[in-house]
Amino acid sequence: MALPKHTELHYRIWHYFYLTICGAVFFFLIAPLFVIFPLSFNAEEFLSFSDGMKSLDPDAFSLRWYKDMIYGTKNPWGLAAKNSFIIAIFATIGSVLLGTVAALGLSSRHMPYKGIIMAVLISPMIVPLIISGVAIFFFMAKAGLAATHTGIVLAHIILGTPFVVITVTATLSGFDHSVTRAAASLGSNPVNTFMKITLPLILPGVISGGLFAFVTSFDEVVVVLFLAGLENTTIPIQMWTGLREQLSPTILAVATCLIILSTLILVTAELLRRRSERLRGINR
Amino acid sequence: MSSETKQILTTDGIPLEVSLKKAERRNKIKAFLLVAPLLLFLIITYVFPIGDMLLRSVDDKMVTEMLPKTFKAMEEWDGKELPEEEVFEAFYLDFRKLVDEKREGKLSTQLNYTKNGFKSIIKKLRRKSKNFEEGNYKEQIMAVHKRWADVEYWKAIKRRAPAITGQKYLKGMDMYKNESGEIVSVEEDRRIHRILWLRTLEIAFFVTLFCFLMAYPIAHLLATLPMKYSNLLMICVLLPFWTSLLVRTASWMILLQQQGVVNDFFVGIGLVADDARPEMMYNKTGTYVAMTQILLPFMVLPLYSVMKTISPSLMRAGKSLGGTPIVAFWKVYFPLTIPGIGAGCLLCFILAIGYYITPALVGGASGTLISNQIAFHMKSTLDWSFASAMGLMLLSGVLVIYWLYNKIVGIDNIKLG
Repeated sequence: MALPKHTELHYRIWHYFYLTICGAVFFFLIAPLFVIFPLSFNAEEFLSFSDGMKSLDPDAFSLRWYKDMIYGTKNPWGLAAKNSFIIAIFATIGSVLLGTVAALGLSSRHMPYKGIIMAVLISPMIVPLIISGVAIFFFMAKAGLAATHTGIVLAHIILGTPFVVITVTATLSGFDHSVTRAAASLGSNPVNTFMKITLPLILPGVISGGLFAFVTSFDEVVVVLFLAGLENTTIPIQMWTGLREQLSPTILAVATCLIILSTLILVTAELLRRRSERLRGINR
Repeated sequence: MSSETKQILTTDGIPLEVSLKKAERRNKIKAFLLVAPLLLFLIITYVFPIGDMLLRSVDDKMVTEMLPKTFKAMEEWDGKELPEEEVFEAFYLDFRKLVDEKREGKLSTQLNYTKNGFKSIIKKLRRKSKNFEEGNYKEQIMAVHKRWADVEYWKAIKRRAPAITGQKYLKGMDMYKNESGEIVSVEEDRRIHRILWLRTLEIAFFVTLFCFLMAYPIAHLLATLPMKYSNLLMICVLLPFWTSLLVRTASWMILLQQQGVVNDFFVGIGLVADDARPEMMYNKTGTYVAMTQILLPFMVLPLYSVMKTISPSLMRAGKSLGGTPIVAFWKVYFPLTIPGIGAGCLLCFILAIGYYITPALVGGASGTLISNQIAFHMKSTLDWSFASAMGLMLLSGVLVIYWLYNKIVGIDNIKLG
């Protein structure tokens, strides 16, 4: 954003002022995440930078909280991680299947009552989580699914499908339907057409919807707090309990791992988004 | 004329119009069948349970079922003088049955909600009623305690006759129905819920405003920078967006604590004295700061996607026609971004108004929102019908905004990332 030479002084000042503000906002957005990193390597039990850390003394840093996270006898992180992954994977599969099929129907121009149906399908994303939590808890308690993995997976499918519906319908909005008609005219049946033509083209949208569903489930705490028993504890629940009771550096070690995971997911999502834009660019 | 026009037929002899309609219907059904599994799933597991909340929130059949004979006998009673003997007899019979089933404690709790003072006289009645003689129950019950001879207490019982009540909704607004059936507010110092509703609105409003003020410049920068740089900066927006909410809240707890980085910094530059570190967490400040940072990406993304579509030549045209950059911005650029502003603000407000986790962790007592109160009643007091009532009050507010959002933006225009 270099300014042309003839720019008047007060515009120049204004311009740099604007850039400073932007810089401050970006700092506000991203900096809090980075404070966790160094503190998770703290050799001491405090959650602030010790004098040793400020002077970069190597003795002030250690991996003890990571060891505690993995080997700690009292720590439920292992069980929590296992549960979180199992629940998130099944919830993602469920959301992707239901959401993609629904998105196919919604994108058809023949779909009746599109507006109202879309509103219902998206509602779990809009309704405050606490209300969803209460409602889903009532249902699961009646169905005898409270404190079971199945119950939590179903709850996360409810919360995850809106993301899949949104991303897949967005992908389908640029979809050239003549290719499926071409496939049909060449004698392909609808299932075959979907698997060989439609799915590969909308796959980036499906996967990025799946990523959203995965993250939603993996990060979800409000509904799980209502549903989970001791056996079903997840990483977010453990973090929630830890943050409420006492902030231990072990939580920061877990948080660091989660930030790394979210970075990986972000990179995948971005690559997919670009690929999808490229694919849709060709279609146009 | 029209009768003479020959109908166009398809090859198998069916009029084209009929055939087309049939195909259209078939397509409609096909599209609907694709949506049906998810729709059905959501209706059963989500929409019905929300309806169930509605039933629970007005449900008041507990007392109705505990005192069936009494309420039947009370139908004739005008509620002015003490009721007749038959009401007392019916009450005695219902009460004995409850004592046999060991449920009289529940009754006393429930009646005590309606009018204070029932607890002790029900306990007394349980003891004395074992030795009651048959007949003339009115005299015997009234002899147990003088409150049993007070017509106000019988009126209080009668008020619990209906199986449906709006009482929980009134309670959610700090109101109640007094003895003469008027709806009045509770005393000034006990209006906790109104304070919470107002605070929720206030925090949601200001968080939305802060988000807007911070998101507008950076969305503009992202939209105008060359791709190369903007992609890099976009990561600053997307990484927090993808990062666990609890991680982000945890980082704010570390930053804002009294021995935390922000306070250290303030002390370091001499803004505050070391022994006078301000309390920035467990109060409203904590809620504001953390929620603004957490919701900021939800404002940036819709603004960015709108600004991206605004051609830079429009601003140039505005300037070349003699407008100063400020005028050009205000008259040309800003109006074009209004759809993005609407989308971002409504999204932020909807999310903020129902926020639970962050206020619960960094909000303390003065920074908690209505969601925290709902969770409190779900988990601690177990007053599920009250939690449902407040949940639905919150939901109706959110649905109004959702409807507005749909009108202005259209839900099919929601974009993610």
